[in-house]
This record gives sequence, C-alpha cells and structure tokens, in this order.
Amino acid sequence: MTAPFAAAAAAPGAPPRRRSRAWGKFKHNRIAMIGAGIVLFFVVVALLAPLVATHDPFQTSFSTIRKPPSAQFWLGTDELGRDVFSRMVYGARASLMAGLVSVLIAMAVGVPFGLLAGYFGGWTDSAISRVTEALLAIPFLILAIALAAFLGPSLVNAMVAIGVSAAPKFVRLTRGQVLAVRSEDYVQSARALGAADSRIILRHILPNVMPPLIVQATITIATAIIAEASLSFLGLGLQPPNPSWGSMLNTAKNFMTQAPWMSVFPGSAIFLAVLGFNLLGDGLRDALDPRQEK
Amino acid sequence: MFKLILRRVLVAIPTLILVSVMVFMLQKILPGDPVLTLAGEERDPAVLDYLRDKYRLNDPLPVQYLAWLQQVATGDLGKSLRTDVPVLQLIGQKLPVTLQLAAMAMFFALIVGIPMGIIAAVKKGRPVEYVANVAALSGMSVPNFWLGIILIMVVSVQLRWLPASGYVSPFDDFWLSMKTMLMPALVLSTALAAYLMRHTRSAMLEALAADYVRTARAKGVPPRLVVLRHALRNALMPIVTLVTLLFGELLAGAVLTEQVFTIPGFGKLVVDAVFNRDYAVVQGVVLCVAVGFILMNLLADILYILINPRLRYA
Repeated sequence: MTAPFAAAAAAPGAPPRRRSRAWGKFKHNRIAMIGAGIVLFFVVVALLAPLVATHDPFQTSFSTIRKPPSAQFWLGTDELGRDVFSRMVYGARASLMAGLVSVLIAMAVGVPFGLLAGYFGGWTDSAISRVTEALLAIPFLILAIALAAFLGPSLVNAMVAIGVSAAPKFVRLTRGQVLAVRSEDYVQSARALGAADSRIILRHILPNVMPPLIVQATITIATAIIAEASLSFLGLGLQPPNPSWGSMLNTAKNFMTQAPWMSVFPGSAIFLAVLGFNLLGDGLRDALDPRQEK
Repeated sequence: MFKLILRRVLVAIPTLILVSVMVFMLQKILPGDPVLTLAGEERDPAVLDYLRDKYRLNDPLPVQYLAWLQQVATGDLGKSLRTDVPVLQLIGQKLPVTLQLAAMAMFFALIVGIPMGIIAAVKKGRPVEYVANVAALSGMSVPNFWLGIILIMVVSVQLRWLPASGYVSPFDDFWLSMKTMLMPALVLSTALAAYLMRHTRSAMLEALAADYVRTARAKGVPPRLVVLRHALRNALMPIVTLVTLLFGELLAGAVLTEQVFTIPGFGKLVVDAVFNRDYAVVQGVVLCVAVGFILMNLLADILYILINPRLRYA
C-alpha cells in the first residue's frame, strides 16, 4: 500500500522550475504562511510535549480540583485536579496523530482505487465508482460513528473509522485527475515505448496528479481533526485517562458553570489547529493548482 | 429529458443495493458471537442452536443477506435490543425533531451564506471580501459542539436569554419551540453557511466574468440588476444541487448538536444506541440515512435537469 507514496516521493513529478514557482507563490501568500505557522506551532508542541508541559498530565490531586487559571496552573485544573495546560499539550499529540494517520489511511485506500478506476476505465471503473458512491451516500461522521461503534472505542479504531470514511473522496478525486492526464502526450508516448501499465501509473500518472491530492490531504487533515475530536467528545475516541482535546471537552461540558476554563481552552486549540490546516490547504491550492488561478 | 431522468434513476439502483450490502455487513464485523450476547447467562447448547437457527446464522452469508433484505423491504428494520420497540417506530418518533433542527439550520445557512458569497464576489479585493473569507474559514474550522458549549455558557448561563437544552414541539408551543431551537440551529448552521458562502462566491466570480454579463453591462443594464438578474440566476444553479446534498451533512452535524443541547432527536438516538450496544438501532439509522441521502441525490439531479434549460430540451 505504501509503494505509490514512496514512488511519488522519489520521482520528481514536476520539473524544478514549476516547483520553485509554486513555492514562490506560496511564500507570498500571507494567509498560507499564517496557516503554515499555526500548523508548525502545533507540530512542535506535540513533538516536544514533555518539555512544554508544566505538569504531569496524569497527576490527579484532591487539593487542586477545578482551580481557575493562575500562575501555577496557567489554564486552570480539571475535575480531578489535573493541569489543563499540560493535558492540552499532550492532547495535541492525539489530535495531530489522528489527523495525519486517518488521512494516510484514506489515501492508502483511496488513491490506488482511484488510479485503477481512472486508468483502466470500463468495468473496473464502473465497479469502483459504484462502491464509492455507495460509501459517499452515508454521511462522513455517521459512517465514522457507526464504524467506531462496531469496532469498539479506541484511538486506533477512531482513526481507522475516519480514514475509511474519508477514502471515497480520494477515490473520486484521483479518478477524475487520472482521466484528465490519461490522454496527455507523455502518457501516450510512454505507452508507445512499451512501458508496462504499472510503470505508466506510478512513474507518469501519479506524480502528475499529486498536487490536487496534496491540497485535498491538507484539508482532510482539518476535517479528520474535527472528526476525531467529535468521536472523542462522544466517548468513541481516545479513552480516559489519556488526554485528547475532544475527550477533555466531553468532561468539561458537565462543569460548564463551575469551571468554564475547562471548555474554553481545549476547544480553542481544536479551532486553531483546524483553522491552520484549512488556511494551509487554501494556500497550497492557490500555489499548486494552476486551474484555480484567479 | 425523460431519458436523462430515467438513466439517472437506473444508476441509483446499484448504489442502493451496495449500500444495503454494506449496512448488512456492519453487523458482521462485530467482534464476538452475537448468539452468546443474545443468550446472556444462558449457555445451554440447545438454546444457542435455537437462536442460531432463529436468526439464520447457520445459513451462508448471501442467503442471510437476502432474508434480511426481504425483511427490510417490508419496513421491518428489527427491534431495539434494549427496549424491544421496532426500530422504524423509534426513527419515526425522533426524525421530526431532527428535521425541524435541520430545516432551521438550513434556513440560517441560506440567509447568511448566499448574500455573503454574493457580496464577497462583487466586492472582490476589498476589505469586505477579506472579512467574509476569514469568517467563512472560521465557520468551517470551529467544532460545532464546542461552539454550542460556549453559547450555552454565555447566552443561557450568563445572560439567561435562551434555554440551554431540551425540546418543545412547535405544535405544543410554537414560540417556545423556536426559542429552544434557535441556538442549536445557529450552531449547526455555521459550517454550512461557510460552505455555501465559499461556493456562492466562486460561482458568482465565474458568472461575473462571463460574456453575457459583459454584454448586459455594455448595453447599460444597472449594476444591481446585472448582479441579481444575470449573474446570480446562473450562479445559483449548482447551489440548488448543493443545498439538497448538504442535508446529509446536516444530519451528521445534528448528532453532535443534539448531544450538546440534549435534544431528543435522531442523533441522540444513534449515540445512545451506540453506547447501549443496540446495534439493530445503529444499523437501522445508518440504512435510513443512506437511503434518504441517495434519494435526495436523485432528487437534486432531477431538479437540476428540470431547471437547466440546456438539459431540459436535450
């Protein structure tokens, strides 16, 4: 399943000139840079969580139950006396990982089927397209909830559920892109030279359909982070006592009046992280997708 | 035109069949033996055999599927494992609540999203467009359950303007019903309004750049009429389809909104069923939503054929 990605990373899809032009446009897109900055911030926080956190995120204490924000507890404490800031810092790991892994699953499932459907057409295409339509008929979150419910609540199952639910979008997008490049001259010449189908797909088609896929992946990370938070909020994601932003909100909603800080901060973190990925996705679309140029 | 519609209807059939297969297979990925769960403490092999026979678990999968499909086709979605109430009846009770929520949310999304999209397109490059874009991106990024919590804290707890939770039927007390549903509907509409705004904006930008708009301008049609009568009418065409399709998203969003505002609707039914491991209900709900969505999709496409003159006379 990982082969196509390795190939995409190794094979320089576009000539360097195009890539640097895209980078130039991206660099000058202020909104995109703000998005990239936000994403980078959360990635660094998640990676360096043990250094950033001021307290042990699991340390409960009866004497510090539901304390408002103070110099000692920057963002207050929760119903078990745990430091909200430190739990949020560790929660960033769960959220970012869920976003990233779900999208990797969605792409690992969706992109190969999209390539096959678009490249071979005919029966293969009909079969794959019908299944995709059937999956798209079930709203994303409802499918994810049903899958998470049937698979059992855990972070891994939530990621699988979100990934599988998001896969049809990648099938559809990849298929459409392949249809657009299938009859291009460079594909025709490769075929005339006698290249095998697998080689044409991996070396000639895949690199050229990558840009819109990267844009879609970035935006889907944003969707997946909200989806993971939603599942955790419902109790179907990461299980206690492990911190995730969604599960923190799940308990916080019971203390809305007594401890509003328990809800305000984790929710702001979800909002900011998702906004970051959405801004980045918009910027990448402007830079990578020439058809969207204004 | 009728050929087009007929073709579209025929394409929906394999999709419906596939969805039913998927929903049927959901119960098969459940870990463990369902018979052991059903039998509870009872582990008598005779009882287990009886149950296996009763639920046709000894038959091959395709046979099981066809038997299940036959049941479903007659409207029998099984019974809740908890309350023994038929699933269809449960759905019938809860659906009107969610439909009210969804309809109100759609209303807010339309009256905010479409005008915002038009303004952003007309005022391209001005601060207004920038503000509208940032608002739309924020609307897409804010988790609606969190927005609900914050609104409850401010509007219900601090200001005491609106009730924080519950549900009142509009047939019992219309204004109280609107008041209780106002906040949940606003929360549910945010992402939708953002989505509609972005689509309206790009459709309008495209329409405003079209030749017929330039012609209209050249012959001296007032700018307001150019935007509203010439550009908007063309730009709205794809939006009509989009609105029908977004009802699916609304149902999904309603799951969380209903959870936050404790509204006894469709979404609450799913979540409660999930936690009670009431799989018959989960399965029934997913099937209903999917079939409803496919039919909406079909309706959207037919509507599109009907309102699009280029297809109407095809």
